Amino acid sequence: MRALRSPAPLAGLLLVTGFVALALLGPVLWGQSAARIDDAAILQGHSPSHPFGTDNLGRDLLARVLVATRLSLLLAALSTAISLIVGVPLGVLPSLLPPRGARAAAGVINALVAFPGLLLAMFTAIVAGLGARGAVLGMGLAGAPMLARLTQTLAASVANSDYVSAARVLGVSRRRIALRHVLPNIAEPLLLNVTLILGGSLLGLAGLSFLGLGVQPPDYDWGRLLLEGLNRVYVDPEAALGPAVAIGLAAAGFNLLGEGLAKAASRTASVVRDAAAGEALEQVASQGVLSVRGLSVAFPGGAVPVREVCLDVAPGEIVGIVGESGSGKSLTALAIAGLVPHPGRVTGGVSLCGQDLSALSPRELRRLRGTSLAMMFQDPMTTLNPAMRVGAQLAEVSTTHHGLSRKDALTRAVDRLRRVSIARPRERARQHPHAFSGGMRQRAVIAMGLMGTPRLVIADEPTTALDVTVQRQILCLLREVTDETGAATLFISHDIAVVGELCHRVVVMYAGRVVEELPVEDLVSGAAHPYTRALVASLPDMDTDRSLPLATIPGRQPSPTEDGPGCAFAARCDLATERCAAGRPPLVRYGPERRVACWEAP
Amino acid sequence: MIIKNLSVRFGGFTAVDDVTLEIPAGGIVGLVGESGSGKSTLARAVTGLVPYTGEIVGADPRRIQMVFQDPYASLDPRMTVGASVAEGLRVPRAARRAEVERLLSLVSLPASLAGRYPRELSGGQRQRVAVARALGARPDLLIADEITSALDVSVQGAVLNLIRSLREELRLSMLFISHNLAVVRYVSDTVAVMHRGALVETGPTEQLVASPTADYTRSLLAAVPRLRPTAP
Repeated sequence: MRALRSPAPLAGLLLVTGFVALALLGPVLWGQSAARIDDAAILQGHSPSHPFGTDNLGRDLLARVLVATRLSLLLAALSTAISLIVGVPLGVLPSLLPPRGARAAAGVINALVAFPGLLLAMFTAIVAGLGARGAVLGMGLAGAPMLARLTQTLAASVANSDYVSAARVLGVSRRRIALRHVLPNIAEPLLLNVTLILGGSLLGLAGLSFLGLGVQPPDYDWGRLLLEGLNRVYVDPEAALGPAVAIGLAAAGFNLLGEGLAKAASRTASVVRDAAAGEALEQVASQGVLSVRGLSVAFPGGAVPVREVCLDVAPGEIVGIVGESGSGKSLTALAIAGLVPHPGRVTGGVSLCGQDLSALSPRELRRLRGTSLAMMFQDPMTTLNPAMRVGAQLAEVSTTHHGLSRKDALTRAVDRLRRVSIARPRERARQHPHAFSGGMRQRAVIAMGLMGTPRLVIADEPTTALDVTVQRQILCLLREVTDETGAATLFISHDIAVVGELCHRVVVMYAGRVVEELPVEDLVSGAAHPYTRALVASLPDMDTDRSLPLATIPGRQPSPTEDGPGCAFAARCDLATERCAAGRPPLVRYGPERRVACWEAP
Repeated sequence: MIIKNLSVRFGGFTAVDDVTLEIPAGGIVGLVGESGSGKSTLARAVTGLVPYTGEIVGADPRRIQMVFQDPYASLDPRMTVGASVAEGLRVPRAARRAEVERLLSLVSLPASLAGRYPRELSGGQRQRVAVARALGARPDLLIADEITSALDVSVQGAVLNLIRSLREELRLSMLFISHNLAVVRYVSDTVAVMHRGALVETGPTEQLVASPTADYTRSLLAAVPRLRPTAP
């Protein structure tokens, strides 16, 4: 419950705990003084013995407010329970019934949601008879449609999941699917919302009592006390103040807590660059566009997904980073671009075109990123804004960073779209990204990178979501662009075959570290590291012998929190010796453009 | 088993257009095509998850099982491995435990995994659990829809080896769907190529790969990324 450490939810938690304690203890501690009738002190205002004054029978109002906590919270809890009992089953119905019944149930929920809640509550309260019972029933029923709608939405997303499809294929009945799969998986978000609904019912019930439709004398809740106090608000305002403050604080407490819990459940990392990249860049005589030294990314809790990565990329060169999921290849790319999600910490040095990125101000960094760096992701829609026309998005780069007028920028945008072989570029520039196919969107992203003069292109699995024929076209385009602009390209992929076709040099990552670096021609038969060899051997291609089983790598990659003294691959390696378990092999140079981290490599 | 003249329409859009495909007993038919070609819709139609026209001859609809692409989404996160595998069983309660163990050993997983939750398993292990769950219903036909696409290459090999060993041990008929021609070529006896909802070519694997007749198959083959330069 990390979210509860931030101030608002913490305040909510404290308030709710306080009120629950008050509900339990209030009547025990102050029950007698709240009920004591004092003829000598009728309708008094503020005094040291009665801070909120007294009522028409001389009873102490502070004690009555404190005692009323129990009834107010109890009624709110009861009405929430009614909302749950009616709302949740109603909301599950659409995913439980066969299609025709499901449509009818959804229709009923829609109609109920459209009906004003408070009106329903008042109507029910009057029909059921004046008093606490009617009010609770009314509020409970009024809250049910919203809960039903919430349940319906949550259940629909679970009902579309693959595991429910799998259960249907297995012939599991609808009732069983609802009980075994749907309900357990929506319980958590539903319970979070119950806190919010509790706050709502508390307010609603106080409202009904205040209107005289709720709790009737001699019982009293906060709403009733407020009603009695309001009659003399001009004479003794403190008489109405007590219950008003109690209602306000309790409702705020439940809402703050509920919001906090809901936010904790759907927590997403915000993108913030940690500028604490410390160490000075090792001065290496390299004319590389990109030079990375000792780059590490650490997250709180001991996870270090990227460990001391060093690499260089020269102008016009395409360097591929390959590795399994969890090897740290994507995070390396994000760290280079300064886009590591919060709360990751980046250390080590990155220099782009000879400039140490950690020495730049945020403003200079933004400018460098905008003009010299082009990023491509697996999903082009992470780069393209769905609400903006493609041409305008491209033009924005040049109006922001190159000082071009909007008209000139748009002309350049159309020209760049033509450059990436998008047919009818003038027309396409006026369209929104959703009108583009997946391949065309990736082309548009490349065109966006070409608006400036990119020195470095970082492409993170840019063709993974594309069909093979489209993939081939995008790879050709990437190669052309690199040749033409002389930009350095860092290409990250899990697909060794793609990397083998496109790149000049390959960097293999395993468990956050670079384990081998070699020219692409040597990848198939000249790799030195046993992991690289195993990776190449396990990949079926169009010439694999079908009569033999595929080579596999037993075991699994260590997680980012595990870091022993030895080689991370030792446990899965055929060549491993005691030396491998005892000490980690350094990444050493052997031969031109080749580095390997292995004790036993031939 | 034969799929005869099967079509699936969503409103005015025809996702699967008059597909006829034979799956011989004990054979693996590979189905390749690009995204949107209708291969997954065909799979969902055959398993009864989407309505279709046409007929499926020679198979009890309740004995067609499917393994899904993403093993992270196809297992209920709140059910243990044992409970998930037991879901499709049609055996008396008392025999359940033994049957779950038998199914897990069939996919080379230790019986001790039955009490674990999916989040404690690797992607490859999860996919094995999904296969075990499908086998529990004693299927005549197993449909594997892109079952290695979400896995790393080092794990993919083990799952493909499993598929081949299951065919040998259980004489299981299978429809193996993938966008990856190299993977389909490795596991299938027959390959069917799908494009825009229709089958464009079907043939024995080696023959189709060596001498494709349809233009589309040829362009598909040419686009496959190759690590090793092709022999001239």
